[in-house]
Amino acid sequence: MSILQVKGVHKNFAGLRALNDVNLTVEEGSVHAIIGPNGAGKSTLLNCFVGRLEPDTGSVDFNGTSLLGLAPHEINQAGVCRVFQTPEIFGDLTLVENVMIPTLATRDGAFKLNGWDRVDHQAEITEKAEHLLEDVNLIDKKDMKADFLSRGDKRRLELAMCLVQDPKLLLLDEPTAGMSRGDTNDTIDLLKRIGERGITKIVIEHDMHVVFSLAHRISVMAQGTIIAEGAPEEIKGDQRVRDAYLGGAHL
Amino acid sequence: MQSQNARQDIILSALFSVAVLTMPIWLQPIGAAYPDLMQKFAIFGLFAIGFNILFGFTGYLSFGHAAFLGVGSYTAVWSFKLLTMNVIPAVIFGTLMAGIFAALIGFISLRRSGIYFSILTLAFAQMSYNLAYSVLTPITNGETGLQLRQQDPRVIDQALGVVPEAGLPVTNLFGFEMQGYTGFYFCAILLIIGFIIALRIARSPFGMMLSAIKSNQNRLNYIGVNTRPYTLAAFVISGMYAGLAGSLMAVTDPLAGAERMQWTASGEVVLMTILGGAGTLLGPVLGAAIIKYFENIFSSFHEAALLSAFDFLPDWLAEPVASVLGLFVGEGWHLTLGAVFMLIVIFMPGGVIEGLNKLVSLVRRRPDDTAPAAVQQPHSAE
Repeated sequence: MSILQVKGVHKNFAGLRALNDVNLTVEEGSVHAIIGPNGAGKSTLLNCFVGRLEPDTGSVDFNGTSLLGLAPHEINQAGVCRVFQTPEIFGDLTLVENVMIPTLATRDGAFKLNGWDRVDHQAEITEKAEHLLEDVNLIDKKDMKADFLSRGDKRRLELAMCLVQDPKLLLLDEPTAGMSRGDTNDTIDLLKRIGERGITKIVIEHDMHVVFSLAHRISVMAQGTIIAEGAPEEIKGDQRVRDAYLGGAHL
Repeated sequence: MQSQNARQDIILSALFSVAVLTMPIWLQPIGAAYPDLMQKFAIFGLFAIGFNILFGFTGYLSFGHAAFLGVGSYTAVWSFKLLTMNVIPAVIFGTLMAGIFAALIGFISLRRSGIYFSILTLAFAQMSYNLAYSVLTPITNGETGLQLRQQDPRVIDQALGVVPEAGLPVTNLFGFEMQGYTGFYFCAILLIIGFIIALRIARSPFGMMLSAIKSNQNRLNYIGVNTRPYTLAAFVISGMYAGLAGSLMAVTDPLAGAERMQWTASGEVVLMTILGGAGTLLGPVLGAAIIKYFENIFSSFHEAALLSAFDFLPDWLAEPVASVLGLFVGEGWHLTLGAVFMLIVIFMPGGVIEGLNKLVSLVRRRPDDTAPAAVQQPHSAE
């Protein structure tokens, strides 16, 4: 069963054709990688899924309902969470607070005027947040301000912030960019582990090691459109992909 | 661990209450223990606590909060004129009316953030000031200001058969006249309630969302939080604090003038909050008290007093010294305020609270020293 269906999506930026008739179907529970050279339109496509951009034409359906015209918070409340290319975290707040906030957002919805409750009396929120910090190996730093983390740690924190929400669809925009080989392998392991929970994932990635370790299906983008799609083995052997992506080199 | 946090907050609230209620005793040595001035501490403390909920917690710098102060004052005086000299309705209506105004102004201003938000609030406040000063004269009595008159209707007082005395009636709380210490204690109790509410907000999930808005509003949207109602709620709450402060001004001195809404008054609460420590709980109250205290001390000095103070110097020296220092006192006390403000912002960007926290940790490192400063401020307010 498909969880996300994208049909005929176009997007122009002042004459520049960023997306040109993109069609994409993502199966529930799968890991779907989108690869392609810089400027192919991968991030623009993700922006159309989370309400940051509105496609000029076409449709984006999630679980049978259209995401078009919804605000970012409404799309998240429907079950979509995104990890950004540059980590978006609450830098002035501690790690545990960083993870408690999305937990509260999932429990309380988009707005709740609960100014008299004590957040530290809500053990389930703190426990859940600390549990996720354990999952991403950041529990030792839980009372540290998030700004002081390394770039790789910030990405892991952001991942924890999304995972704590138990999203139906997780969008990962280059989750290992800027990480060391060791950190990258840890992240692959983490993503594989959470794969067992059945969260559908769309991963944008340049690192082919990551892509081929994780993905069930790969779509290749070039110049705003999807030029090839298939299982990893098929993509590896596809001549068009080699030409577009690596100038004919072997994957 | 969790109950320990709650217990610390109870201790903090208790210490705060005791400190506020015993002001008439411990302010004696610095000559500030008279009701008029202590009332100002409490009223402006409330104003700054509310302002801090918007600026310190949420990160939105409003330059127009004096508008809500003015609305609170006018509403309270009208309540005295039309309904009763009892202060309870005046305070309730003043707070609510400011809340309604804040909802309207906030709804529009909060479409922008950063400097654009500040400019929008400033524009609204100046519009309110000009409306109060000229256009709405029937409601505000323009330049003269809204005052009580003996022949005001006061329907509730009339119905209850309160006999009008000769002269102007006095504001009261079920018969206790709001003058001198009674007035101060009334304001002090409301200050304590206001402080405890702000403390609870800071510790609540709602307060956590406010600090997340201050930190990264974009991220918050993408994890499913609609930030607009949160910012609007913070704006309305802080506007209501300002309205409460404004109505207390009318309670202790029942007249309301347009100058209360001027931008200088809006700027003053910004200074108080930053001076004390924006985002902290105790800072704004402290900042308000410091500014009101120095305003009182320095503005009462004048050049003649300085000349006599420098008597011991030879004449040719005493006169120039006194005239230079004279710029900083009396009408010119704002110069002193400006200088102090610059020093604080440069050397202690976290305000007086940060300075006190540094002092406390300095003293803790040398436990053999006695620490008078640490006794006063054992709790870092975050």
